Amino acid sequence: MDYEFQWRPVLRSLPEMLWGALQTIEIAGLAMMLGTVLAIFLALAKRSGKKYLSLPADMWIETARNTPALFQIYMLYFGLGSLGLQVGSYTALLLGITFNNAGYLAETFRGGFAAVPETQTRAARSLGLGAVQTQWHIVIPQMLRAVFHAMTNQMVWSVLMSSLGVIVGLTTDLTGVTQKLNVVTYRTFEYFFVAACLYYLISKAFTLSARVVAWRLFRY
Amino acid sequence: MYFGGSFSRGDFLFLLSGAVTTLSITLVAVVIGTVLGVLFGLIRAGAPWWIGNTLGAVLDVFRSVPLLIQLVLFNSFNSMLKLNWPTFTVGCICLGIYASAFCTEIVRSGVGAVPQTTRRAARSLGLTWRQELTSITLPIATRIVFPSWIGLTLGVMKDTALVLWIGIVELLRSSQIVTSRVQEPLLILGITGLIYFVMSFPIARLGNQLEKKWGTQ
Repeated sequence: MDYEFQWRPVLRSLPEMLWGALQTIEIAGLAMMLGTVLAIFLALAKRSGKKYLSLPADMWIETARNTPALFQIYMLYFGLGSLGLQVGSYTALLLGITFNNAGYLAETFRGGFAAVPETQTRAARSLGLGAVQTQWHIVIPQMLRAVFHAMTNQMVWSVLMSSLGVIVGLTTDLTGVTQKLNVVTYRTFEYFFVAACLYYLISKAFTLSARVVAWRLFRY
Repeated sequence: MYFGGSFSRGDFLFLLSGAVTTLSITLVAVVIGTVLGVLFGLIRAGAPWWIGNTLGAVLDVFRSVPLLIQLVLFNSFNSMLKLNWPTFTVGCICLGIYASAFCTEIVRSGVGAVPQTTRRAARSLGLTWRQELTSITLPIATRIVFPSWIGLTLGVMKDTALVLWIGIVELLRSSQIVTSRVQEPLLILGITGLIYFVMSFPIARLGNQLEKKWGTQ
């Protein structure tokens, strides 16, 4: 192998890459939060037993689960564009991952809701709580406890999916910054190796902090 | 010269040929991933803890780094080491290793779900290690994890979309090529999405049904 590694330019642009990593964390975190909220509504809509609620929820969930995430981002970036709704690559990426997260999480939450005994709802209602209060204070907290591990996995997926922004032209997240630097310097291996290390650290940081949160929130 | 025009039969056939590429990459990657995954999974389940944990930590890297980055790194390896493999091979191997990281955990959980007493009983009845593995553990474990394996296969199929970044014309990339001619992104993307859906949804349903059916037995 007569390839000469050159790490100096990478070290020089490390601060820029770290800012990119921050943007990656921001996108992944936002998409996860929005996705969780949407997924709760989707799961409730699917459980409601009313056709006009469960059918759209079903379409959302099955589309999110049966097409590639990149396709969903393309749909928002190029598809909405052709309808005259110009969205930037950041928005397309964020909404695309949110759409995907919501679909997968809704399916997880449906299982979580099934794990909360029906008696809990009835007890809450007979103690005088309203339907919304029952969901918010009694059912959803127990459901989240049941699915927390699966949510941690989805969080990591969210980070990994955020790397797709570069394909629709995003230059500010970790992969985007890396690609921008790569185009200028052609040190492909060095830059992407460092990016891989940073992604690994981000994934591990999310997994670990989820464990800490779970320990704080869900211990009996 | 005539540019543009409407979506024609030829365009649709072009999209279908992209879908064939998607399916062939999926097939090769899943075969590589399953063979390696079963091997690694058995090591993870049976070898001394320090070998198993080291292997687990290494494979965990492939699950914690975006596939896109892995593809770019693997592709640059290809040119650094002057292997000159075609990008199709690079894509298949990279996706195969990526799939094997997930398959390993599936196999491990399957082997772990076979009751220890069943395995000991088989050994006490005089079966050798190999016989016990092939006629007791693996058949039971396969039934337990088959639905997850279907999920993995469909996941790999959706992840093949990323190989367009290293220059392979699969379904999503061919939809872009058609779009640049026909100039109707929403229509073409809609058809592309439908093709993905048709390839994925029936198998996903089958997996769910098997899970339900086998879970109750």
